[in-house]
Amino acid sequence: MEKMVFEETELRLGLPGNNKKKNNEKKRGFSETESETESDENNNSDETSNTTVDLLLNLSSPKKEANKNNNNGVVAENHSSPNNNKEKNLLPSDPAKPPAKAQVVGWPPVRSYRKNMFAVQKSSTEESQKNEKNNNNGNGNGSFVKVSMDGAPYLRKVDLKNYNSYPQLSDALGKMFSSFTIGSCESEGMKDFFMNERALMDLLNNSDYVPTYEDKDGDWMLVGDVPWEMFVESCKRLRIMKGKEAIGLAPRAMEKCKNRS
Amino acid sequence: MKKAAYSFPEEVLEHVFSFIVSDKDRSSISLVCKSWYEIERWCRRKVFVGNCYAVSPPILIKRFPELRSVTLKGKPHFADFNLVPEGWGGFACPWIRAMAGAYPWLEEIRLKRMVVSDESLEIIAKSFRNFKVLVLSSCEGFTTEGLAAIAANCRNLRELDLRESEVEDLSGRWLSDFPDSYTSLESLNISCLGNEVNLLALERLVSRCPNLKTLRLNRAVPLDRLPNLLRGAPQLAELGTGAYTSEMRPDVFSNLAEAFAGCKQLKTLSGFWDVLPSYLPAVNPICSQLISLNLSYATVQSPDLIKLVSLCEKLQKLWVLDYIEDDGLEVLAASCKDLRELRVFPSDPFGLEPNVALTEQGLVSVSEGCPKLQSVLYFCRQMSNAALNTIARNRPNLTRFRLCIIEPRSPDYLTLQPLDDGFGAIVEHCKDLRRLSLSGLLTDRVFEYIGTYGKKLEMLSVAFAGDSDLGLHHVLSGCDNLRKLEIRDCPFGDKALLANAAKLETMRSLWMSSCSVSFGACKVLGQKMPRLNVEVMDESGPPDSRPESSPVEKLYVYRTVAGPRLDMPGFVWTMDDDSALRIS
Repeated sequence: MEKMVFEETELRLGLPGNNKKKNNEKKRGFSETESETESDENNNSDETSNTTVDLLLNLSSPKKEANKNNNNGVVAENHSSPNNNKEKNLLPSDPAKPPAKAQVVGWPPVRSYRKNMFAVQKSSTEESQKNEKNNNNGNGNGSFVKVSMDGAPYLRKVDLKNYNSYPQLSDALGKMFSSFTIGSCESEGMKDFFMNERALMDLLNNSDYVPTYEDKDGDWMLVGDVPWEMFVESCKRLRIMKGKEAIGLAPRAMEKCKNRS
Repeated sequence: MKKAAYSFPEEVLEHVFSFIVSDKDRSSISLVCKSWYEIERWCRRKVFVGNCYAVSPPILIKRFPELRSVTLKGKPHFADFNLVPEGWGGFACPWIRAMAGAYPWLEEIRLKRMVVSDESLEIIAKSFRNFKVLVLSSCEGFTTEGLAAIAANCRNLRELDLRESEVEDLSGRWLSDFPDSYTSLESLNISCLGNEVNLLALERLVSRCPNLKTLRLNRAVPLDRLPNLLRGAPQLAELGTGAYTSEMRPDVFSNLAEAFAGCKQLKTLSGFWDVLPSYLPAVNPICSQLISLNLSYATVQSPDLIKLVSLCEKLQKLWVLDYIEDDGLEVLAASCKDLRELRVFPSDPFGLEPNVALTEQGLVSVSEGCPKLQSVLYFCRQMSNAALNTIARNRPNLTRFRLCIIEPRSPDYLTLQPLDDGFGAIVEHCKDLRRLSLSGLLTDRVFEYIGTYGKKLEMLSVAFAGDSDLGLHHVLSGCDNLRKLEIRDCPFGDKALLANAAKLETMRSLWMSSCSVSFGACKVLGQKMPRLNVEVMDESGPPDSRPESSPVEKLYVYRTVAGPRLDMPGFVWTMDDDSALRIS
């Protein structure tokens, strides 16, 4: 019964994947998940990089980087400088175009407040008005939040409106902070979605870093907790904290979910 | 002081100098002789500092003791596109503190891309009795509390313009802090604010300021309040609407149309967020008098845009989304013969496929139909050398040409060749070109053209272009008037940079990110050129923890008389001759 109700608001650590291929993108019970693991992997073959865990700030998967450099039909070689060593993990380029292209920082050169004109048009006028009223993060056309990472010397800022989904945000965060990742960020990967508190605890114990955010109520939540639009509206600040510390958030997060349902 | 027989008394010279307004001319005057330098510096009232780190507050104050107006720019231009990390610099506070002490009669402060705190705003509010103009363009770091201090204290304020700044909007109450006795407002731009301002306070403010000429509202001001505001300020010349949508009620439209019709002086329109197309025609009564129209937030389709634009026969400046499409630009070209500036922004910059029928043809049409076109900013997804050639020949009077082909390194879509020749035609024919932004597939050859023909070029932006150092060398050695050069993701490295080190002292600044400039070369440059600040930015750690040959992430070089700056964050290092590496 709990499982039914969770739907949109269920707790998970894995970022809601770019699940265009699946009908039911929301969580199933833990046991269901296990049995579906294989089919998940099949479905996600193009998208593993999207659904998994850059949450744990692994360096972006080489596959994504290759896709980024794969300009369709352009003849020129990639002239990126040796500086972009990360991007040179060249895998044979993926013939299928990725659904969401990884964004190059600062390109095209559009100011942040101009970035979501298309998105605005897509949603209904009413909805966008509602979003605007709720957005008090400063610039009415942007949604800047500070991002801190435990152990990193400097804060960054991101405009949540630059992204349309958790995987995009996670990708950006991973890039921003990859230079500060201390030690190995290995993990099992977040291919599975967890609903079960025990499993969640296990995961947190094994992760190095987990993104969390402060919402409008002042509570610290795990990123991925709520649907993307709701997250953008309610997120005031992001903090990438050590997995072990985030364990304290899990029960509260679960509580909030239950309250919502 | 010896006076030659033919020299004038100081007062006369001063009077003559007061007619000389341009910075360049003032600078020339000051170089004539020592006495002219002295007289000029005492009567200089206005100063523009293009890079706040090129000079320091004490130096400025020492030379110009009687300023009334100061303009400062902070971060490099690429900060607009998130290429400059948080905390880089551009802090206004030291300047404002210093000026508070030195210039009690300061009237105008204009800042661009600087970090301004509430504390700074409070200092401004309390220190300058005759303060009149505050323009904060693309600034950040302050909240509405700082604005409240300005509103409450600046009795003689004429202009408050927050254009494109990032303001932490805590509450809309600050507007009510303008006292009831305050009536001198001439220009108000709050378009960047996120929250609702106190609408009653706004209405009262607007109606009691008879000289209000410019009013740019924020998105949160609902459309149905606009007629009232307009009626309170029929003398308005520039208006930025709030959200341009409302429930469909007949009276809203007619009210609005009537209010617009009452604004006989209205020449400039902007705003138009969330446009409901059926409300657009409310502006029709004034279209024939409009000279500037900013529809870059108006997500409406081409037919609606066409209906509007075709009525604006006096239009000189149009900013619009690519929803206008080639068809709409053709109508623009036919209707607006006075057009000087066109900017077409992308509605879906990150989409993989084109979402609108806007191609190079639209720009070609406008270049054919609009004889006065001088300034272009155009985002599109395909371009050809033929089109660029046509544009160049049609419009040799272009002074600013910024083309952004959205996919990096896109070739001529017809021939699959680089776009070297097309851009070459632009620089060759447009002899007065001052600003150029390149995109698409480009080899070193385009830079050869630029170096050869771009003699008046002052600002060049380059991304994902070129093959080798030769490209950079062409530009640095050929462009005599180059002031600002910003480059990202190009294979330019040490050789061209070091060979043209002296050139860098004649420019305001050079930005290079994701290129191939080595740390070693940066050190050499810093050591050899004491009047340059060579700043290396690297967020992955101190550059000296890597081999000298490894490329630096970001390089920002600028000329300065103030020495290395002292406010650098941990990820910025100055290469200077004191120590090869100093970590701040």
